[in-house]
Amino acid sequence: MNERTNSGGRRRFLARAGLVGGAALAGGLPPVRALAKGEENLPPNVPEWMRTLGPGVTASPYGTPSPFEKAVVRRSVEWLTATEQSSINFTPLHALEGIITPSGLCFERHHGGVPEIDPEQHRLMIHGMVERPLLFTMDDILRFPSVSRIYFVECPANGGMEWKGAQMDGVQFTHGMVHCCEWTGVKLSTLLAEAGVSPSAKWILAEGADAAAMTRSIPLEKALDDCLVCYAQNGERIRPENGYPLRLIVPGWEGNVNIKWLRRIKLGDRPWHHREETSKYTDLMPDGKARQFTFLMEANSVITSPCPEKPMKHGKGFHEIRGIAWSGSGKIRRVDVSTDGGDNWRTAELQEPVLSKALTRFRLPWTWDGAPALLQARAIDESGYVQPTIEQLRKSRGLNSIYHKNSIHTWRVNADGTVNNVQII
Amino acid sequence: MSRSSRRRPLVAIAAALLSAALVAGDAFAQDRAPQRFGFGRAATAAEIKGWDIDVRADDGLGLPPGKGTVAAGEKLYQEQCASCHGEFGEGNGRWPELIGGEKTLRSEDPRKTVASFWPYAPGIFDYVRRTMPFAAPQSLSDDDTYSIVAYLLNINDLLPADATLDAAALKAIRMPNRDGFVQGDPRPDVPVGEPCMSKCRKEPPRITSDLAQRLGVTPDNRRQK
Repeated sequence: MNERTNSGGRRRFLARAGLVGGAALAGGLPPVRALAKGEENLPPNVPEWMRTLGPGVTASPYGTPSPFEKAVVRRSVEWLTATEQSSINFTPLHALEGIITPSGLCFERHHGGVPEIDPEQHRLMIHGMVERPLLFTMDDILRFPSVSRIYFVECPANGGMEWKGAQMDGVQFTHGMVHCCEWTGVKLSTLLAEAGVSPSAKWILAEGADAAAMTRSIPLEKALDDCLVCYAQNGERIRPENGYPLRLIVPGWEGNVNIKWLRRIKLGDRPWHHREETSKYTDLMPDGKARQFTFLMEANSVITSPCPEKPMKHGKGFHEIRGIAWSGSGKIRRVDVSTDGGDNWRTAELQEPVLSKALTRFRLPWTWDGAPALLQARAIDESGYVQPTIEQLRKSRGLNSIYHKNSIHTWRVNADGTVNNVQII
Repeated sequence: MSRSSRRRPLVAIAAALLSAALVAGDAFAQDRAPQRFGFGRAATAAEIKGWDIDVRADDGLGLPPGKGTVAAGEKLYQEQCASCHGEFGEGNGRWPELIGGEKTLRSEDPRKTVASFWPYAPGIFDYVRRTMPFAAPQSLSDDDTYSIVAYLLNINDLLPADATLDAAALKAIRMPNRDGFVQGDPRPDVPVGEPCMSKCRKEPPRITSDLAQRLGVTPDNRRQK
């Protein structure tokens, strides 16, 4: 650097950076060629972002995605619900890679909006059929031994708009009620041992600190098995919309039982039959009876590339088919892919690590001949469960179930490379 | 150096060795997680009373003392509920209807309401008390909650207009869809068979539904918001 004066040094520094008039030419950079608009930054030109200094460290103390990714956001379907406080939005699965969902893109389902909870004033109460009713502060919870696990959380209404026919022309809306994060917290069994579970207790009631005071009954056996009381998501404190400062994670079971903003756990000898486990989140069968406490999320899968949001603009030739599969019963064992509407199948490659009750990424190389094609994926999990077709699912459960639609999904690739949601028989 | 000071290091070393041995023996035991950590504190009866708002729907366990009437409930309902649920529980736009729907559960358009679907009357009390009115949850007194539940039961022909509702009366009501739920998850319930890999189809695939692109109900998610 020029040693003579500070201002001289600064001037030279700026000149190098191309910020001073005429400095770019003097610095020997090639002249900008007049090219069509939009090509100014293409070779052989030096891109404009190489000719100026960018923002320094901490210009964005909490980083955000590039402004060019502004379309990659959660979106809701306005006509679906009466109000945004009791509503749902969808993860943009078409824009994501790998198996971890960024926290800010995890679908949201609220029944009374997002509470703004001061962690200093948050408490978890455990009472009912226990030896010692207890009250925990967040500091208390953080002192317990911690555990981190990667799990998907899926709303059982995922795909529910498709029971009667193909309705939503985009994977964000046909399958976007699922996310997969690393969750960190304390085992629920540890907290229950602290309170001393009565031998007569068989169920727990978990309650949220939101305006819906959301409650669900969960069998004690599951609570003691693998449930977590979590304070962190993807390495940082849970986002408000995902349960800050404390939420329940019930691995592999329907999203609604993963109570957010967890404030109370009561132990009892029977379920509570509350609104969200009778009037809602029950599966109406053709005989007019509703299945209750169908907690498990059975294996599901979907192709995320191509999809309606990601058409094959490139024309015929190589395309890597990509997608996700998951199962509440454990690990995904295999994913098969068909490009001819289920006549012939090839087994896709699974991206390691394949984790239990987590999203699993699959990929299959495909050479598209340019003709219309019907793309499907079929998941098989480690229990041997095979994902059914929509016709098989309807034959067993009719059209009114709303919840637990996990059938093989079909994308139609048109000759022009566009992709649509269709159903086939 | 005095004699005592000469002796002191030896004593100190011996003591150090002794304590080191003791510490080594104890150290691992102390580092193991205890069966109980003793974190948190006892929840007091008053604290529990304030938060213990659940009512078990099938037997009404947890219903509070107090009572309400259909008449009082109608007034409260018109003030606090009708703007969303309609004057007579008929609903409003996508806000839920609270009446009707009987004999629709096997139809193409099942309507799940208090009368047609809810299995247990005390569950209505639990839900209204914890969530309603939508914009001011847990603002109703127990008496007012009983009154609103009484009105809801009345407009569903499950309670006479001159009735008073308390815990015992609420428990005694048998809801029409009481036996409409099946417990015990029957899944996996969809016969699929062994997954076929080649020449699986007897007939070429036929598209049964391709309306999605034409319905126009899918939000545009390819552009910035």
